[in-house]
Amino acid sequence: MFKRILIANRGEIAVRVIRACREMGIESVAVCSDVDRRSLHVRKADFCEYLGPAQASESYLNVPKILEAARRSGAEAIHPGYGFLSENAGFARACSKAGIVFVGPSPESMEMMGSKTRARQNMKKANVPFVPGTDTGLKSAAEALAVAESIGYPVMLKAAAGGGGKGMRVVTNPKDLASALETTQSEAQRSFGDSEVYIEKFIENPRHVEMQLFGDTHGNVIYLAERECSVQRRHQKVLEEAPCSFVDPDMRRRMGEVAVQVAKAANYYNAGTVEFLIDANKNFYFLEMNTRLQVEHPVTEMVTGIDLVQLQLRVAAGEPLPLRQEDIILRGHSMELRVYAEDPDNNFFPSPGRITRLISPSGPGIRRDSGMYEGWVVPLDYDPLLAKLIAYGENRTQVINRLRRALSEYFIGGIKTNLSLFRRILLDPDFQAGRIDTGFLDRLLQEPPIIDARTVRRVPIVALAAAIFAQQPPPGAHPARTDDGLHAATPRTAPVVEDGEVKPSGWKTAARTEGVGR
Amino acid sequence: MKYEVLIDGHLHQVELERASKGYECSVDGEPFTLDVAMTARDVLSIIHNGRHYEAKREYSLMGETHIIIGSERFFAEVRDPRSLRSRRAAAGAGAGPAKILAPMPGKIVRLLVAEGDQVEAGQGLVVVEAMKMQNEIKTTKNGKVTRITVQEASAVNAGDLLAIVE
Repeated sequence: MFKRILIANRGEIAVRVIRACREMGIESVAVCSDVDRRSLHVRKADFCEYLGPAQASESYLNVPKILEAARRSGAEAIHPGYGFLSENAGFARACSKAGIVFVGPSPESMEMMGSKTRARQNMKKANVPFVPGTDTGLKSAAEALAVAESIGYPVMLKAAAGGGGKGMRVVTNPKDLASALETTQSEAQRSFGDSEVYIEKFIENPRHVEMQLFGDTHGNVIYLAERECSVQRRHQKVLEEAPCSFVDPDMRRRMGEVAVQVAKAANYYNAGTVEFLIDANKNFYFLEMNTRLQVEHPVTEMVTGIDLVQLQLRVAAGEPLPLRQEDIILRGHSMELRVYAEDPDNNFFPSPGRITRLISPSGPGIRRDSGMYEGWVVPLDYDPLLAKLIAYGENRTQVINRLRRALSEYFIGGIKTNLSLFRRILLDPDFQAGRIDTGFLDRLLQEPPIIDARTVRRVPIVALAAAIFAQQPPPGAHPARTDDGLHAATPRTAPVVEDGEVKPSGWKTAARTEGVGR
Repeated sequence: MKYEVLIDGHLHQVELERASKGYECSVDGEPFTLDVAMTARDVLSIIHNGRHYEAKREYSLMGETHIIIGSERFFAEVRDPRSLRSRRAAAGAGAGPAKILAPMPGKIVRLLVAEGDQVEAGQGLVVVEAMKMQNEIKTTKNGKVTRITVQEASAVNAGDLLAIVE
């Protein structure tokens, strides 16, 4: 096993990998940019290497700097986390050239899954069901018309190099197809530098379900459990769960076997995920393969009892998988909420800034994978994912109730987060019944929020609390307190003396300066 | 002490008096006796008729205050009727030039209008990028853009003035 590894990432996932290292007796090397010196992953690691300015191209995406950091620190392997360089075949190749183990699949496997048309060609060879359509770029409008006729409308035009919900267009009528093809091709050229566009059948409001798989370097591949990821906003996952209530044991076995087939066709090893679309008739279609650890891996860990990051490190060190397919037994249910620094009441605007107070939930069945702490300033340079709140329970209902309970304990002050959105999702009758698809969250957000009797009862208490808070002196002031910790005085107007410096009063100023240097 | 408290857009008249234990108070004329303890900064423990509430306060750099009970969030604005600023704010709401402020720190990636342009409420003025996302900042008012105080590629803090619409 490795003695020391470098984690080429930041935030909660870097912390997650560092924790696995510590449990395995492996020393961890964090990397950081200028704005991450105080970030949690640096505080948790055994070593830290500085990369450069905040801009990702100068830090977490900079291959020479990361390889140099690995060499300087004496790391034998690099864990890429997710995002950044995790699906960059060139980086994986550069690692092995430098004599450093890349914790993930081979560069060849990554390339095979990189282009959507190439992946479709490989899946066709492997007899894997994918959404009907072409597996090469369209050469003419006539070809598009013929294919659309045979698979049936509506159809979807998709850029082969596309991703993240871009470069896609739905066509419902043959007379619109030629002009739509032209637009999509020129868009694809502009956005991705590649005008290749293919056609596939458009599946309306599908479920997005993915299968976790694991391979070793000895040719063994197993599948673990599926994750339901249909609750999305602008193609960004918000809530995931395992198992999926729509998938029965027979369907799970068939999907798992297809996932293993996909992995074997790509000579795949380490952790990977095969994404499927499922239509209302329980037909499932290959969508794409993610050649990395996923953000939502904890729900699989909860229901299988397997630590996926530790397993990644074992497989990367050359060990065979310690488990056979028949050893994988699913137990209970798990759900993950992605806590983002964005404001659901204001167009989901991102909300970086200082976390002035953090009260975290705990208790039965609750796990938090977090990259934040009280007093930390969320930088504006990176992804807004702050933490993941994960619950485990005997069944789906217990998990929903646990999460609702945990949400009532959770408080993140100073910045806006999407915590209030989860309350709405978890209370929604369709969600509770498992009636979800990729259009679910958009529909929910269109509806006005439900105001129940409890909310009405709370309003006067809220008004009183707001007034009591307004009477309290700004933080940093230390006048005499009563037993209950309350001040009856009106807000102070005199300058507040703090740390020998005279500062203007007022809570806004105090809010800006509080915690600095403390 | 009397306050006007705006909760989610509805105005409430609040009266607060310290009592031997907690507060004797009223909301819109309805009396409340509260047992209150400040358990930590921004965290109040309130008991009313035996029912317990934990109220937390958060505020954004824009100066908005939220009160959270359970996992429910309420927008709250407290006006001290004696304060000049509150009286001015109450009188001037809706009239006069609208200051368009940056809702978060970030970088200006695009200006969508120029000084002198006629704009309608809801129209985007400036695109601010933060946390890998581009966000269109919209005007709250119909009128003419009289000033734009930022340039493309400049950095802004939350609460910084972006433009003025009159």
